[in-house]
Amino acid sequence: MRRALIGLLVVVLAGGGLFWGLTIPDRLAPDQIGSLAGADATRGARIFWAGGCASCHAAAGAKGDDRLRLGGGAPLVTPFGSFRAPNISPDTAHGIGGWSLADFANAMQRGVDPEGRHLYPAFPYGSYQRMTKGDVADLYAWLRTLPPVAVTAPGNDLKFPFTLRRGIGLWKRLFLGDAGPVVTLPASASSAARAGQYLVEGPGHCGECHTPRGLNGLGALDRTHWLAGAASPEGKGKNPNITPAKAGIGSWSEAEIAEYLATGFTPDYDSVGGAMVEVQANMAKLTDADRVAIAAYLKAVPAVEPVGK
Amino acid sequence: MNHRLIAACALAAFAAPLAAQPADPIAARQAIMKQNGRDTGAGAKMLKGEVPYDPASAMVIFKNMNDSVKKFGALFPKGSETGGDTEAAPAVWTKPAEFKAALMKFEADTKAAMAAKPATLDAFKAQFITVTGNCKSCHEGFRIKKN
Repeated sequence: MRRALIGLLVVVLAGGGLFWGLTIPDRLAPDQIGSLAGADATRGARIFWAGGCASCHAAAGAKGDDRLRLGGGAPLVTPFGSFRAPNISPDTAHGIGGWSLADFANAMQRGVDPEGRHLYPAFPYGSYQRMTKGDVADLYAWLRTLPPVAVTAPGNDLKFPFTLRRGIGLWKRLFLGDAGPVVTLPASASSAARAGQYLVEGPGHCGECHTPRGLNGLGALDRTHWLAGAASPEGKGKNPNITPAKAGIGSWSEAEIAEYLATGFTPDYDSVGGAMVEVQANMAKLTDADRVAIAAYLKAVPAVEPVGK
Repeated sequence: MNHRLIAACALAAFAAPLAAQPADPIAARQAIMKQNGRDTGAGAKMLKGEVPYDPASAMVIFKNMNDSVKKFGALFPKGSETGGDTEAAPAVWTKPAEFKAALMKFEADTKAAMAAKPATLDAFKAQFITVTGNCKSCHEGFRIKKN
């Protein structure tokens, strides 16, 4: 009996130790972090809009300069519970004003906060890990120029077992994927398509919503259906297929895709809707060259028919 | 005789709102949206310089949109929440005051655009951007893409 108990204790401790070991947060190596010396806030603004930061971190429905007040935003309501984007304004007490560039880069590209806690992947660090260290440093410099917002953003409201933050370590091991390119573009791909690949797969994080995930949304992005459309993470409707398939946007020209990103109108003058309204407002802040690059990449990715057809 | 008249009036009073209700409200509202798309396209062609600016065409565009929105609000009766490939979001029925406010804004903007009688392309552009800004602001909360 006593031996059995000791045996059980050993198994539990070993299991716990194994779980602990497997979920230790991974951090960037020093040489993977950029330098503040060369960082430029103006270049960072471009990354800010490409990355869509304001859509989750500014107040819901914010317009104009209020989109630069990053005190936390509307909840992202999912089957796992409600995620709340935190205050990332430069306020020292309520925001991330006390964070170093290394703290910021580890949050952006490893999903780990300065206290060593895993961040929920509703924050799309799976895509952001593809960003260059220079772009991360520029973005950091830009965020430092924004107004501090002295409010405490509400916390997440999640269902068990998603409340167990440490478990995200296992999720990362199983599902996060690496920082390499998702699509292998043909050697003949234009430089615009390559620039677009970086914007789409990295800061733009388009795949997070336009690509289906395994395990009913809990698992990894299904790269065999990259950008082929997916159920909305918020559980209503569908995010469309944006590959050059018949069921996607194969009939749109490159210029029409760029035009849509600039104005929100499709080639037949239907308009952008739903969560994409925010995204398009961000894309409208980019240059024509960046929008054309995104369009070139979207024409170059494999055409995929939608899941279930 | 009097009774008959009263009965006829009563019948007419009931029949009028019924008559205003098309048999297929989903198809009717989709047709209106298609027309809005054609009008937006016509305006965009002028803005892009694909066709020369014509003040009379501009007025037709705003008039059509104004006519559309006046009919639109009545096309969401109970029972038309689903079916017929509708992309109307549940919010149309769960947040009726907000939906109505969005329609009233579109109506007011199209009316103001008509009143402005834009004579030049630049004047038209300012009105057109305000008017068509209603498309995305309303579709953000009241439309759900199905494919």
